[in-house]
This record gives sequence, structure tokens and C-alpha cells, in this order.
Amino acid sequence: MTLNVARIRKDFPILERKVHGKQLVYLDNAATSQKPKQVIDELVRYYENYNANIHRAVHTLGEEATAAYEAAREKVRAFINAPNIESVIFTRNTTEAINLVAYSWGRANIHEGDEILLTQMEHHSNLIPWQMLAKEKGATVRYVPVTPQGTLELNGLENLFDARTKMMALPHVSNSLGTINPVEKIAVETRKRGVMLLVDGAQGAPHLPVDVQAIGADFYAFSSHKMLGPTGIGVLYGRQQLLEEMEPFMGGGEMIRKVTFEGATWNDLPWKFEAGTPNIADAIAFGTAIDYLSDLGMDNVRQHEAEIVAYAIDRMSKIDDIILYGPPAKDRGGVVSFNFPDLHPHDIGTVLDTHGVAIRSGHHCTQPLWRNLGVSGSARASFYIYNTPEEVDKLVDAVKSARQFFARPR
Amino acid sequence: MTQEDFRKQEAELDDLYRDIILDHYRNPRHKGHLAKPTASHEGLNPLCGDEVTIEVQLEDGRLADVAYTGSGCSISQSSASMMTEAIEGKSVDDVRHLIGEFTAMMRGSDEADPEEMGDLEALTGVRKFPVRIKCATLAWHTLDEALNEASV
Repeated sequence: MTLNVARIRKDFPILERKVHGKQLVYLDNAATSQKPKQVIDELVRYYENYNANIHRAVHTLGEEATAAYEAAREKVRAFINAPNIESVIFTRNTTEAINLVAYSWGRANIHEGDEILLTQMEHHSNLIPWQMLAKEKGATVRYVPVTPQGTLELNGLENLFDARTKMMALPHVSNSLGTINPVEKIAVETRKRGVMLLVDGAQGAPHLPVDVQAIGADFYAFSSHKMLGPTGIGVLYGRQQLLEEMEPFMGGGEMIRKVTFEGATWNDLPWKFEAGTPNIADAIAFGTAIDYLSDLGMDNVRQHEAEIVAYAIDRMSKIDDIILYGPPAKDRGGVVSFNFPDLHPHDIGTVLDTHGVAIRSGHHCTQPLWRNLGVSGSARASFYIYNTPEEVDKLVDAVKSARQFFARPR
Repeated sequence: MTQEDFRKQEAELDDLYRDIILDHYRNPRHKGHLAKPTASHEGLNPLCGDEVTIEVQLEDGRLADVAYTGSGCSISQSSASMMTEAIEGKSVDDVRHLIGEFTAMMRGSDEADPEEMGDLEALTGVRKFPVRIKCATLAWHTLDEALNEASV
């Protein structure tokens, strides 16, 4: 194996847990990842030693907290190779980052008759904000179809756009199918046409090496909690010039320069988009999560997941009657979605839970995608740095036992 | 897994998926459409995507006929099927009473009349799986809405 998984697993206290008397096998990483003790310890260290509000006080604690918060931003910047800290905005999560763009950029730039181009594999968080914007502005939303193999139908990228297309948004990696989308190629086309491009990196940044400048998108959004960090903190990367031109998303403290009873002027980037006291502790601990991933090396993280997924697909494809979704292992992230013709994903999930195996079952917040595939959802196993081939074996055994349980004559 | 663990696990699952539940899942009763429904209502469980549509036909304050369509897990669909058997022919007042008793039972009440519950008692195994309780009650809340629409 590429990663020293035995050593990594020692850093994750939760992996010691037993569920229904069995060793936990956590395979719901696309929903949220587990946290290493380094991240948990950082939260405690902050609250025990230097908890203070940032960018305000002149006292020592305030200075330490401010320095740590801004150091975390610098870690994020380096992790995604953003050109400067001005282009790295802390948000609550990916959803808030996308809503920020839909609100601040979208409301100023999308007009009646304009088109917003999405894909059929959109997570609701990269779908609803655009539907809301389109409805408000009288714009239309069009969707790039998904092939039966689970990839985007991109034959002839140049035909993807029409004269009215102003904005395109798509996931870097599909949370339901695992498909890795060719965002770099798409960005070449959007730039050529002056179409704005947002990449939903919620399943990208945790699993792949990400270089926002190499990708070339205008915006890239992701969440800490899917990449070893705490919940409640996320990132919007945006091209600095765009961010300069955009109006703030929310008003309040921190985002202002000068306030009078008549009005206000805005703070510099990135703080212009960080109204109110931010999520200081979680941002700092997110920085620790990034350190952890950087120490492993994102190329190694990717390689490990590709190995695990290839093994999982190989073993699962041999289970009778199983329906596997998504592209071949080499073209996908750490996600394996599956179904059986006569078994509902929830019933699979419940039986697996009694084996200690945690997977997700349902629509995974991509309802239209599954409706198109003719089912209401799937069972989904998703992997991360601490998962092992032995855990894949346990998954396969549990899935087989679920089938046996429901096939049993009564 | 030891033999004992295995039996314990089977027992837990057997209590959730009792034979009568799986029987209704495999052989649904009253599944389809009514020729002339007085009202129909679509119920959705947005968390998991379970769907149940209930059609009711009322005559003289009684539930003359009922049917359901839908898709979802075994618990949501068998609960709908079992419900249609339990309520067919009953007065609307009795049906409303049963809705209240059933949903209270699923929330943990043990005061339901065993005779009134009949086969529905089999669904109490779901109570040990809190996330699945909504699956069991979906059809019942949907029926309640359908009756509200019918009485307008």
C-alpha cells in the first residue's frame, strides 16, 4: 500500500469504536471524514490557551488567535496553490461558498434570458443556489447530461455553450458516482468564451492534488469536514479581480473599513467577505488537518484511494446481481455506489450497520441524477486514507449477508 | 464473528424485519390506483427519498376503498400496505383514531390496544432503529393529509 495505513489509523481515536459489538468500519467518508487526534487536540489547545476574538484586540491572546487564524489561511492557500491570501475566503462550508458566489456575483451579472450551465450530477448545494438565482432573474438553467457509464457527455466541448451561457458550475468529483470530471479542459473553454466557471470541490480537495491556478477555474469551493478538519469551516477560492469587483455577501463587523450613519466602505480582501466573528477555532484546526494531509502528500492520498477503490470494485463486481454505478476505478475518486434489483439501499444500510459497517444509503443529495438513472438512490461506500483492503472484505461479507438475509425463505 | 454474535445479530434483524413485514413488501396489498378517489396525497421523506401516494374513497363517512403507490425501503412500503388492510371499511373517525394510536406507538407509547393494532404491532421492531421510524410513519401521515383533503 502507498500509505502506512496502520500508523495513520492510530491517529484516529474513533476507529477504535465498536458498533453493535463489532469493530467500526467507517465507509461514509464522502459525507464527512473522521478527525485525527492532532486536529482534536488543536481545538482543545485553542480553547484552553489562546481563545480570543481576532483582528480586534491589542492584548496577547487576541494577537495569538489572529496569527493562528491567518496562518491557517496561508496553509489553505499553499494547499490549493492560490496566488495570494486575498483570494482565499473562509466560509461555513462548500454550500455557503457557492451561495456567496450565486448571491454576490450572480445577482450583479446574471440577467433575464441568460443561461447557467450545470450538470446532471450536481449535488443539491451546487444546484439550488443557481435555480434560486435563475428564478429571481428570469434566467434559465441547462444541464450537461450524464452517460450510462456515469461520466459527463462532453463530446465536442465547443458545442457545450451557447451565446447566452454566462456561468457554468460543476463538481470536481461526483459525490454519488465518484466520477472525476475534466475541469481543466472545461476551464480552457469557459475562459475562451468569457463564461464564469465555479468548481464544487467538496469531493475534490479532500482526495486529489488541487492546484487552482492549474485548473483555471474562477471559483473553487470546498469544506474542511470532508478532509479531516472540523465541521463549520469551508473555503471559497476566487480570482482576486472578480472578488474585488463583487459586492459583499453579508454585512456586519469585520467586513467594513469605515462606518457612518449614512453608509460604509468595505474592508480589503479576503475580510470583505467574512462578516462577523468567524469560526476561529475550527479554521485553526482545519489548518492542522491540512498539515496532516500535506505530510502524507496528496499524490499518495490519491494513489491510496485508487488502490482501495480498484480492489473494492473488483471484489464487489463478483457479488451476484449487484449493480455498480460510475466509471472505471482509474477515473473515479473514493466512491462506490451500488444497488440490488430487489433490495432497497436503506435495508442494505441497516443490515450493514449491524455488522459495524457504516455506509450511506439514499439519494446523497443528488435526487435528479438518480431519478434519471431510474432509481431513487443507492447504497454508497466511500473511502479515505485510513481504510484498508480488510475493511473492503468486511463490506463485501456484510453485503452478501444482507442479500442472504432478505432472500431467506420465511 | 462468533456463533453467538451471529445469532444475536440475526435476532436483532429478525425483530426489525418480521416475516409479516417482508410478506407485505413482497406481496403488497391495495397497491395501485382507485377509479374514483375522493382525494389523494403524495408523501415524501426528503431525507431518504421514500415516496408514498395514498388514494382514499369516502362514502357516508366510511373509507369505502383505499390504494397506495410508491417506492422506498421495505419498512415504508410494507407499512403502507399493512395500513390499507387495517383501515379499509372503517369509519373516518376510527381511521383517525388509529392514525393517532399508530404514530404514538411508533414514538414509543405502549398504550395501544393490541386488538386494534393487530398485525401492525409487528412494526414496533422499528423503534430500536430511530432513523427508520419515519419510514414506518410516512404512509400514515400521508393518509392523514389525504383525509384532510377529502373532508374539505
